[in-house]
Amino acid sequence: MLLIDCPYCGPRNGSEFAWQGVPSPRPDPASTTPLEWRRYLYEEDNLAGWVEERWKHRSGCRAYLIIERHTATNEIRAVRLLGGTPL
Amino acid sequence: MTARLPERPGEVIDRSSSLPFRWNGGDYTGMAGDTIVSALAASGVRVLSRSFKYRRPRGVMTADFNDPNCLFQVGDEPNVRAAHRLLEPGMDTSSQTSWPSLRFDAKAATQALSPFLGPGFYYKTFMRPRFLWPVYQRVLRTFAAGGKPSPQPGHSSPDKRYAHPDVLVAGGGPAGMMAAISAAERGARVMLVDEQHETGGYLRWSDSDGRLALADLRTRLAAADVEVLTDSVVFGRYDHNWVGVMQRSHPQGERLIKARAGVLVVAPGLIERPLAFEGNDLPGVVLSGAARRLLNLYAVRPGTRAVVLSANAEGAAAAADLADAGVEIAAFVDARAGETVVRAKGRTGVRSVELTGGKTVEADLLVTATGWTAPTALLNMAGVVPTFDPESSRFVPGEMPDDVMATGGIVGDGSVADLLSHAAAVGQEAARRSGHKAVHKAAAIPAAAALAPPSKEPVELPTLEPEPHPPLFIGSTSGFIDFSEDVTTKDITAAADEGYRSLELAKRYTTATMGPTQGKLEVINAGVAHAIATGRAIAGMGTTTWRPPYAPVSLGALAGRMLEPVRHSPLQPYHERVGAQPIVAGQWIRPNHYGDPAAEVTAVRSSVGVIDVSPLGKIELRGRDVPKLLELVYTNKWSKLAVGSVRYGIMCAEDGVVMDDGVTARFAEDRYMMTTTSSGAAGVYDWLEEWLATAHPDWDVRLTAMTDAYASMNVAGPESRALLERLVEGIELDAESFPHMHVRTGTVAGVADCFLWRLGFTGELSFEVHVPAGYGLHVWEALLEQGADLGAVPFGLEAQRIMRLEKGHFIVGQDTDGLTRAHSTGLSTLINSDKPDFSGKQELEWSEADSGTMLVALQPEDPAVVPPEASQVLSGNTLVGRITSSRMSPTLGRSICLAQLTQDHAAPGTVVTVHLPDRTRVRARVMEHHAHFDPEGSRLRG
Ligand SMILES: [Zn+2]
Repeated sequence: MLLIDCPYCGPRNGSEFAWQGVPSPRPDPASTTPLEWRRYLYEEDNLAGWVEERWKHRSGCRAYLIIERHTATNEIRAVRLLGGTPL
Repeated sequence: MTARLPERPGEVIDRSSSLPFRWNGGDYTGMAGDTIVSALAASGVRVLSRSFKYRRPRGVMTADFNDPNCLFQVGDEPNVRAAHRLLEPGMDTSSQTSWPSLRFDAKAATQALSPFLGPGFYYKTFMRPRFLWPVYQRVLRTFAAGGKPSPQPGHSSPDKRYAHPDVLVAGGGPAGMMAAISAAERGARVMLVDEQHETGGYLRWSDSDGRLALADLRTRLAAADVEVLTDSVVFGRYDHNWVGVMQRSHPQGERLIKARAGVLVVAPGLIERPLAFEGNDLPGVVLSGAARRLLNLYAVRPGTRAVVLSANAEGAAAAADLADAGVEIAAFVDARAGETVVRAKGRTGVRSVELTGGKTVEADLLVTATGWTAPTALLNMAGVVPTFDPESSRFVPGEMPDDVMATGGIVGDGSVADLLSHAAAVGQEAARRSGHKAVHKAAAIPAAAALAPPSKEPVELPTLEPEPHPPLFIGSTSGFIDFSEDVTTKDITAAADEGYRSLELAKRYTTATMGPTQGKLEVINAGVAHAIATGRAIAGMGTTTWRPPYAPVSLGALAGRMLEPVRHSPLQPYHERVGAQPIVAGQWIRPNHYGDPAAEVTAVRSSVGVIDVSPLGKIELRGRDVPKLLELVYTNKWSKLAVGSVRYGIMCAEDGVVMDDGVTARFAEDRYMMTTTSSGAAGVYDWLEEWLATAHPDWDVRLTAMTDAYASMNVAGPESRALLERLVEGIELDAESFPHMHVRTGTVAGVADCFLWRLGFTGELSFEVHVPAGYGLHVWEALLEQGADLGAVPFGLEAQRIMRLEKGHFIVGQDTDGLTRAHSTGLSTLINSDKPDFSGKQELEWSEADSGTMLVALQPEDPAVVPPEASQVLSGNTLVGRITSSRMSPTLGRSICLAQLTQDHAAPGTVVTVHLPDRTRVRARVMEHHAHFDPEGSRLRG
């Protein structure tokens, strides 16, 4: 199980966090095409390597976090609040 | 015939004790400290079980947890490792594979069978003809080696524990002990886990110098404040040093410890490897470690006349111990001088041993010391790739991650002093590294501050290298490689000849390494036999992918106690008192009915009823930008919702699929209350948070979960207004002052700060009363008391489900599924495509013309037939939909349904066929309105 160092709560078990994947920007709702929209909804790059994922400390402070994780080794090298909000 | 020796120095048995027990129906006695198997061996028993496939007699071989021949049934517990489990008085034990009887010489029979029992015989033999499979199944079950689990539910409820050691040491031999001592002396919190019943590893059964070293280590360990868990095993290492420990010695049975270790020190020592030769499975052929354990721990003489085959110092030490115990050494075969054993002969045990050159020596004991397997499992689980070292004929650890270290025999060989100096350095370095771990950040604890700080600079580790060892794996004759699965050298060769050139496939085909020993004894020999059979170099043999669990773990211990949360409404004491029939609804336990749901329906339709709807999700929204959020998450229009009004809405995910529904009320300019379905509450709350955090952090909206803050009850029926007028203060309840779909706040039954809204699921005039949770029971009881003369009754979920179906209201998740887009609910008027954006808008626009199925009300032509939910709906013989809800309507006296039908069968008046489970069919008609009852809604608005 992952150990995630929440900026608010400190190191907590990964089971407290909800994984939300690598965020992709929401296309402009006024001009989007079905192809573009469905890419946004359903497609993931699924890289083997360093990714910046969005997580939520769902069973904790409920903060949204950006976590730099290596998908092959599960190493975590950075955890920060979404939007870089200072503490 | 007793094989118990006079007192041995270092023995672990209590000679003053006498423990009676039963084995295979006979009476035996052992001593405290004995294992089940050592007690049997002391009583002179040689044949302990029959082998899995060929039914060959088997005896003690490793005399420890891994002994493949010692799986016993103990009472109602199957698969007990009887060479490890300590004897207890009164134990009723038996061999799991004792057919045919252990005394019967079945050699001739099994040899006749063996041509049919080669690799893949299951696949080859039991495939055809298929109709015989039930017969095969019965035959195979007779052969299967398993024990008998108790049919009773578990008698214990295993506990779990979380632990946060800075350093966790796996293995309590001399190196593990020293690493633990040294880490603890540097201030680390240390957990030491060992599979044996006492710390000490091989020192326990070694010579007097070893026993002295062990006594010294135990003294230091006791002083070092290390948590020592014996008869316990580290069974897995997972991400970020999440380490699974099974504490078998816990008084309540097994206990699972989930440990988050700063640094994991792997110190399992080495596992002695058998040599494959003909007769290597006969009772009396034992590994050198087994001979020494039997002699030195349990004072059991394993034989009277021995041949010792030795490739290392352990063989010589075993020979010395045997001689010391009065066992005659008939031959000492020095493998390092090129001598070896060709075969062991005998029927139910070793009678003689044939050596190189054809010389045969009579003996009833053959002790082999032919090499080691490095149990690298925990390292493999940490991503380490061990490599095969041909010099020492074993695997050695590869490059290690920072938070995993290794010491002891798995790293290299040496004197006790060599091992201890390496382990001491590893312990110091582990303490240093763990000091930099996140888990240590919490060390603002005063006690932790008093401890010596770990060193700042990396600690240099002394060299510890494996010694050269002759490559002894496969003898000149075919012998057993996997003792628990009965796989021989010949079988591996045959598999290679059949084309299984990949070792991994050959293992699966022959089932080598698949049995209870899981490769610990046989993985190297299997790899070598396969390399030879396929003409490859032994040195290139790949490492096995060891996966957790390293040792068997009982499912009960993994499951532990039931810890699923259960939620009850604040009105639960009432429901319990009157004996309401409960129903599980997600996490909630709710009253399904209070005796007669149909009568509850009639009461609501004719007078008044009250239902507990406290699980309804309630979210308070405050802030300037709440209307923006509502416009985004609901499909309909919200910006004009007036203060004091309530509106219904549907929420869609961004793929246009219906996610939840409910009402939202506006209390004040910037204060709203949203309701969700009971099961959708947590998900909707999450989803709102996500929109605010990720897409619109600039919006001024604050959310508060209020579900548990209010007890909620819906007062429904023609007399509901009359009832509430007796209890409500500060709110005018007449239709003009308080119209349908409006909200008011006031006092109910003396309780202030309640809010009421006029709406309901039943289609009757109804008021939903939300009361601060602590006063819920008081208000509920007041409603029933004050309404007694009006005929007020409590009603449950079932009555509400019937009434909502009579009214044609759909339930998200019941009448919709993961593909139902908003148009399919038939509520297109609630989809406002004029809004610039809302969740699901794009998909709903693109799919408007073809939104798949349509929700319709359906009535069977035979009013007495209630088609079960999920029944198929046909047109001719074509599937056109399914029933999503169905009930007998007490109000209409006929069956009613909701169904999802394809668009071309959804027009009112269409007649379709419903296929019933008894294969009969009933015709049904699509209705004009979703509501079967009062489609105009005049009762609701009264
Ligand atoms: Zn947190």
